[in-house]
Amino acid sequence: MALASVEQARRSVNGVMSMITVKRLVPLAWRNLRHDRVRFAVTLTGIVFSVLLSAIQLGLFVGFTRATSEVISHSGADIWVRSRGVTHLETAAPFLERRRHQVLEVPGVVSADPHIVRFGNWTKPDGAIEGILVVGIDLESGLGRPWNMVRGRVADLDEDDAVIVDELYAAKLGIAGIGDTAEINGVRARIVGFTRGIRSFTTAPPVFTRHAQAQRYLGLATEQTLYLLVRAAPGLDPAALARRIEAAVPGITAQTTDDWCAAQQYYWMFGTGAGVTVLIAAGLGLLVGVVVVAQTIYAATVDHIREFGTLKAMGATNGYIYRVIIEQAVISAVGGYVIGMAMAQTASALSQRGTTAILLPWPLTAALFAITVGMCVLASIVSINKVTRLDPAIVFKG
Amino acid sequence: MTRATAVTPAIAVARVAKTYGSGPTAVRALVDVSLDVLGGEVLLMMGPSGSGKTTLLSIMGGILDASSGSVRVRGEELVGMPERERPRIRRTHIGFVFQGFNLFPALTALENVALPLDVRGERGPEARDRARGALERVGLGDKIDVHPADLSGGQKQRVAIARALVGDPSIVLADEPTAALDSISGRTVLELLRDLARDAGRAIVLVTHDARAVAYADRIVSIEDGRLREGAHDPAALPSAALAALAH
Repeated sequence: MALASVEQARRSVNGVMSMITVKRLVPLAWRNLRHDRVRFAVTLTGIVFSVLLSAIQLGLFVGFTRATSEVISHSGADIWVRSRGVTHLETAAPFLERRRHQVLEVPGVVSADPHIVRFGNWTKPDGAIEGILVVGIDLESGLGRPWNMVRGRVADLDEDDAVIVDELYAAKLGIAGIGDTAEINGVRARIVGFTRGIRSFTTAPPVFTRHAQAQRYLGLATEQTLYLLVRAAPGLDPAALARRIEAAVPGITAQTTDDWCAAQQYYWMFGTGAGVTVLIAAGLGLLVGVVVVAQTIYAATVDHIREFGTLKAMGATNGYIYRVIIEQAVISAVGGYVIGMAMAQTASALSQRGTTAILLPWPLTAALFAITVGMCVLASIVSINKVTRLDPAIVFKG
Repeated sequence: MTRATAVTPAIAVARVAKTYGSGPTAVRALVDVSLDVLGGEVLLMMGPSGSGKTTLLSIMGGILDASSGSVRVRGEELVGMPERERPRIRRTHIGFVFQGFNLFPALTALENVALPLDVRGERGPEARDRARGALERVGLGDKIDVHPADLSGGQKQRVAIARALVGDPSIVLADEPTAALDSISGRTVLELLRDLARDAGRAIVLVTHDARAVAYADRIVSIEDGRLREGAHDPAALPSAALAALAH
């Protein structure tokens, strides 16, 4: 039974490989790889780890990037208004709510609801302190609310001291269920609900509460807010409306949600250097792949050098021989990619249970496939160079 | 004038020289070599190691370029021919048999034989049938799925001969084809090569140290220090089958 399965798997692999290779009478590239199984395994291992490392690093990059701006991108607002000079979400400066009325007077503005996002301190029941991101929402507006609720209701934030946290951070915050209490900046907080999968790029998890409660936690006056979430009239260009708001209201910056997301992502990923580190690791992963593949394909070419000489003696053109070498590289790339990406997808699925998400959207996996194949073909150029310089008279050496 | 010189030779070598390097360290591998090889004849090329036999064979096969002189293969001049055009000459006119067999260990006997057809772009079922036919021709029809590692030395060389003839070349160049074989296998290979010349009017050039090969040759030349010496057999002794082929 097991032998039959192995045989079936072997036939499947052969079938896939014969589809990958150019239709030939003699599938030399695939035969060469299959003949030297140890070397093929080494090549595949190199590519697998290169793909795995790159995919995870890039997946982390995407995960981190999204986490930096999730509170913005899920807000449902068309435009975010903030004090002029604020460069990133968590450190906004307060402004008076009368700005809200000025914003509402701009033609095309349907609503402008106060919103708060700022770092705070969470004191656990045992007295330990954790950093959090206090998110204060206007319960009547419907904008900026927590999403993916798994326990409790957003409406429960209407109760005194009510907060909603993500279950991913329950242990970090020292709470276990609804009704548990803690303190935010010395003011009582009581859990009324849990979300699932709202992550933070920093170590400070988002804690949702109603706007007035957030003002108390953060020591803001009742007429102060940090943001206005604007809804534009249907069919209106948000970017044009943002420009009109900026022109009409002094001391504020108005940006579309997309632009504010991009600014936030750029600040955290590149302004702080955090993203660059992840990208460098991904690049190193690819580089390792290129070196391993180049080395193994070159070694294979040298081992088969007399065979390539024989091909030349038979009248094979350089193009024919290049195709054999490139086919070997492409087969290795596809095999390594499939295994490496399967492992990366598994890691991505497992990461959904943790606070650090590895996200692998299809454009990323497609790009990685192209990069992997390109990288392997690039690596084979060293071997092609060797064969180009091959003296066919080598075939006569006994 | 003999009967053979009245027809166009398969290979015409005229005043060919080959020098490796330059200046005082230059090595003259071939000096003023002239030689015609006719279709249907087995030409035996003998000489001590380092005498220039393999160099001459490489030049005749378009693998090496001569330093001077003329080499015409089926009427096409090889000396000075651009490198990119030489593969066409080899694909079309020449089959090689090597001392070390030069089979591809990853391929079966059938795939090894089919390789020259694949190189020529012939990839249909007919090509596979031709490869099978070539193997049957050398008596290995029952070994088509066997890899070289599982064949004896004589069988490997027969596969190599099948590979050389599968593209139906008019010239076969064989470099020490019996050197790695026992006497029985060696004789089988020599008989095969002779039959290739007789049956289809191919020109066979055989470079060897093997004295047994003399019995299978129509003509013998020897090379010493890069210079050619005509041998004992006269082209007039060519068999009638070969002469018929020459008339084409």
